[in-house]
Amino acid sequence: MMSLRRVSTLVLGLALLAVSGITVGCGSPAVQDTETVVIAGSTSVQPLSELLAEEFMKERPGVQVTVQGGGSTAGVRAVTDRVADIGAVSRPLREGEEGLKQFVIALDAIAIVVHPDNPVEELTFEQVREIYAGQITNWSALGGPDRAISLVTREEGSGTRTAFEELVMGGTPIAEGAVVQNSNGAVRATVAQDPSMIGYLSLAYVTPEVKVLRLDGVEPTVDNVKEGRYPLARPFIYVTREAPQGLVKEYLDFVLSEAGQAIVEEAGVVPAR
Amino acid sequence: MRRASREWQRLGERCMERLLFAGSLSGIVTLGAMVVFTFAAGLPVILRTGLGRFLLGQHWRPLEGEFGIAAMVVGSVFVTLGALAAAVPLGLGTAILLSEFAPPWVRRIARPAVELLAGIPSVVYGFYGLVVIVPLIRQHLGGVGFSILAGSVILAVMILPTLITIALDSLRQVPDSYRQGSLALGATRWQTVRRVVLPAARSGVVAAVVLGAGRAVGETMAVLMVTGNVAVLPESILSPVRTLTGNIALEMGYAAGEHQQALFASGIVLFILTMILNGLIQLRRVGRVAR
Repeated sequence: MMSLRRVSTLVLGLALLAVSGITVGCGSPAVQDTETVVIAGSTSVQPLSELLAEEFMKERPGVQVTVQGGGSTAGVRAVTDRVADIGAVSRPLREGEEGLKQFVIALDAIAIVVHPDNPVEELTFEQVREIYAGQITNWSALGGPDRAISLVTREEGSGTRTAFEELVMGGTPIAEGAVVQNSNGAVRATVAQDPSMIGYLSLAYVTPEVKVLRLDGVEPTVDNVKEGRYPLARPFIYVTREAPQGLVKEYLDFVLSEAGQAIVEEAGVVPAR
Repeated sequence: MRRASREWQRLGERCMERLLFAGSLSGIVTLGAMVVFTFAAGLPVILRTGLGRFLLGQHWRPLEGEFGIAAMVVGSVFVTLGALAAAVPLGLGTAILLSEFAPPWVRRIARPAVELLAGIPSVVYGFYGLVVIVPLIRQHLGGVGFSILAGSVILAVMILPTLITIALDSLRQVPDSYRQGSLALGATRWQTVRRVVLPAARSGVVAAVVLGAGRAVGETMAVLMVTGNVAVLPESILSPVRTLTGNIALEMGYAAGEHQQALFASGIVLFILTMILNGLIQLRRVGRVAR
């Protein structure tokens, strides 16, 4: 009786040991066996990075490119701490970050959008700032109908919001009453169902559901962004800690090659070259 | 030979028992680990800010180091209360109808249909709210449409399955002899339901409401899409609000350092809210046993 109990405990203990051994065994060697590139950072760049990584892995079987989110700032930190090989950043680099090697892989425009029924066609930079600061509150002040303006913005920390705040707001806080949505798609859906809404979103997400406004007279087209005429544009940047070597260099070369830039354009983002 | 096989059987049984024990233990260990982790991550920021300023502070400006979650607590509470106000009468009414009045074939169709409602992913509810409920509220009641009301309507539908199935089960568990006795004494069917069946099933009905409330407090995705997520104290049920869960989901992706701790701290508040709700059920059970 006693021995049976002991045997059963032993069996179970061995089984548990075996299981834990297997899981531990699975975890580590994968990193060493295959060649890997780890990309971390901006969630705006993430879909593009995933597409590029997928194509790169097709060309180089046996290579593993891992794409993680976390935000632009987290990407810079990951590269500095050597947690990631490449950091993805969707805003201009800040002070203290210039020591990193940077490669502009694409340009993204932030489009100012309204409901298709809104007769307003064009705003100035200044007007957009005053709208989002809560100083202009009625469409009639902008040549539209007598209707209160409703704002939709992105969540605190979003790359799109950060870029919008830095490029447009310049330190003025966004009005507290603005509706907050947590993705480009949700912002678009919000604007598409309310004639009093104004929103901003990445150019790649614009569909006929919403109307894009001209900003200082310039429409956010691929050409205008490339030539630097559209003022509300931001770079998608890959950063590395040192001059890239080996596989990281191969990946960067691929991204900046004609084939890589064609993928960028296909994704609806403006190619860097 | 025969004896040996019996011993093996016993061995197998013991192994199984222990495996099951290990399984149940893993649930408790996981819970314990999560509690320890959440408190370790969130408590420092509460202590630094001060409990009063954290709970009652009206400004949430995480990037400037200001962490007041009053607006979010109010948001969560109001959205949940609104959902209960709509779902409790509907859910209890449905459960009473299905249990006491409807013929069995209706129950056979209605119950799986209600359970199916629980299987719809919450993003789908959220998207439906975003494109249907929000514009309806904006056009007919005013405001931006993103509001406590929109959140409550969506949540009410989402917690209906929980409410109906649990209330229905507890009503069905009331022995038929109670009903027969009441009817034999000359009570009408409605009197029987109100004075005999409902009181007998009370603890189950209360549990249904509390579990529904727990689900409403914890729901994130659907609410996030329709409440507008404005971290300001609401003025009416047409004002946009941010809930505690919505706040965590919105900012977790980017938060670092103190900001992240503050999100864990709002997790602690949620955790305590849920514990209070579950405590209510336990109290009821203890009370009933004592009686």
